Amino acid sequence: MPVNESRGFGKPRMIPRVFACGTRRAHTTLEILQLLIIGISQGCVYGLIALGFVLIYKATEMVNFAQGDMMMLGAFIAFSLIEAFDWLFAFVPVLAGLPGASFAFAFLGTLFVMAAFGVVLERAVLRPMIGEPPFAVLMLTIGLGFVLRAVAGAIWGNQPRALDSPFAGGTFDLGGLIVGYENVAIVVGTALLCGVLYLFFRFTRIGVAMQAASQNQLAAFYVGIPVKRVFALVWAISAAIAAAAGILVAPVNLIDPLMGFIGIKAFAAAIVGGFGSLPGAIVGGLLIGIAEPFVALHLPPGLSEVSAFVILLAMLVVRPQGIFPSLQQKKV
Amino acid sequence: MRFVLKTNYDQDVKVFLHNGQRFWYGLLALAVLLAPLVLDRFYLGEFAYLYIWAIAGVGLMLLVGYTGLVSLGHAAFLAIGAYAHAWLLTQGVPFVLSVPLATAFCAIIGYIVGLPALRMTGIYLAIATLAFERIAAWVIEHWESVTGGHFGMRVPDPMVFGMSLDGPVPFYYLCLGILGLSLFAALNLLRSPTGRAFIAVRDSEVSAQSMGINLARTKCTAFALSAAFTGLAGTLFSHRIGYLAPDAFTVQTSIQLLLMVVVGGLGSLQGVVYGAIFLGLLPQAIAIGRDVLPQWIGEIPGLEPGIFGAILVVFLIFEPLGIHGRWVKVRLWFDQFPLYRRATYKRQRSYLRTERVR
Repeated sequence: MPVNESRGFGKPRMIPRVFACGTRRAHTTLEILQLLIIGISQGCVYGLIALGFVLIYKATEMVNFAQGDMMMLGAFIAFSLIEAFDWLFAFVPVLAGLPGASFAFAFLGTLFVMAAFGVVLERAVLRPMIGEPPFAVLMLTIGLGFVLRAVAGAIWGNQPRALDSPFAGGTFDLGGLIVGYENVAIVVGTALLCGVLYLFFRFTRIGVAMQAASQNQLAAFYVGIPVKRVFALVWAISAAIAAAAGILVAPVNLIDPLMGFIGIKAFAAAIVGGFGSLPGAIVGGLLIGIAEPFVALHLPPGLSEVSAFVILLAMLVVRPQGIFPSLQQKKV
Repeated sequence: MRFVLKTNYDQDVKVFLHNGQRFWYGLLALAVLLAPLVLDRFYLGEFAYLYIWAIAGVGLMLLVGYTGLVSLGHAAFLAIGAYAHAWLLTQGVPFVLSVPLATAFCAIIGYIVGLPALRMTGIYLAIATLAFERIAAWVIEHWESVTGGHFGMRVPDPMVFGMSLDGPVPFYYLCLGILGLSLFAALNLLRSPTGRAFIAVRDSEVSAQSMGINLARTKCTAFALSAAFTGLAGTLFSHRIGYLAPDAFTVQTSIQLLLMVVVGGLGSLQGVVYGAIFLGLLPQAIAIGRDVLPQWIGEIPGLEPGIFGAILVVFLIFEPLGIHGRWVKVRLWFDQFPLYRRATYKRQRSYLRTERVR
């Protein structure tokens, strides 16, 4: 191979780093627990984004590839709202000294802003696509993701920013086990959101209507369910969930216009869980989230980045319907 | 308006339906053949680039436009073709042999990827191919002894029988020739039973199956052929960029390829070429726009993909048949001048069709 050797940096013989990072070392339970906690909190974030995917898919049969970018947008809006509320509360004596007051208000504000954004998006862009082939909608939302990224880049710039969150930085120390506030916040936030969603779908009138619309659009329309309004509401809810995920994850990773790319992994989570199953989304997210830190520690470097996809492919080959299947074969 | 009187079944599968088409396509062929006489280096390079995109587009069009399988992972085939070709060249394999070998290798990989794809439809397939693309990218980044990892690898000059094809004019003709062959091959494929089976599978799997089409084999063939064309484009692409690095092939490349076939017009080979022209011209247009518009707009990060995305959205909402579809409509309007009906190309929506019940 004369060509290869003629250039200076042709073939750096790398020492296989595969076994360099302590696979032989025995792990204590503590370390495993530590990794588990990191994995669970990251998995909850995947789960939350996946929840948004699944909600929209279940209700409207559309696949929203821009879900991760909606999360990014939510985080940025929260960032700006926190700054705005900080400025505003400086004039209010009661709230000025209160820690986390502006964060709390900004959190709620972001949820509303993003819900409104979801409705507008549905009305303007997605509604003309009802009844179109799923592929067209998929492409549309991919395009939408690019647009959202460019818009966020135009408004907030490209450099990463830190969200001023009360959960950032602090840690619990449980007998040597270090648990960050932000991890607790993510897990608790996810649990709360899931609980609220469960109650909403189970017990409210509109929630049940949504379930009906998700099972059969046309039949739901015939029995008088305002399917279009239901769709708008679903987009609102899923945009709000994305925003919540964005705010919760912001203390862990910084926010920048490209943070939405973890949406791809969340998508993998949704499919692993069985696309179209709400608990499946969370379980799939947890599975992928927990796998990542362990893979990062034990297997070749960089593999943790693709572990979600490896799990996904394995799942698709072995059990394509996911953990909680919602697909069924049509009886002819 | 032209009526073609059909007196023979063979007329249905003719490459050119009538003399008018023969004339115009002949003229086009003459124009692109003589283009190096008038164009300078830069534009020849750009045209060659456009032809490479079109070759890759032919592959994706076979899969997405004709078989109805969506792939978000075609950048991987482009990369595999490019790397396999470059590696073979560094091993001393001659160019004439290396291109078909790399193409065949891509076809085999495509076939293997197609196997699990049999059990998936729609978005499942899209995301599975995306996962495949990410994994392939990881392998390319980390298989340093072959691909050079992050350092990348230099691609040797294309040599055919001791003659270098590296100059702009020979490379232009190389790309043009391969594009011509690819288009002709695809055209012939689509007239053959295999191609007809692709279209049948796209339109309805159930009815295709009940007419005796082997779904599994058809889909795998589609994947393999599609990967082969895209890999072929990859071999040329490697010469075009001259130095292969993993960041040349990303998810965005896959999406640009998809954008190309969607904007060009799904289900038409002309659409591939339109899409490639569009994709080739857009960065130039954006670059010109940057000079004209106020500076802060030009400095927006991610502006180019943003514009790509916006155009994609606009096309999907207003003209899902793409540039080719629009052209067909315009032509029909002139053909039937006072009598054109808007409903001719009205989109059929299906509110009951669901992916969940297959």
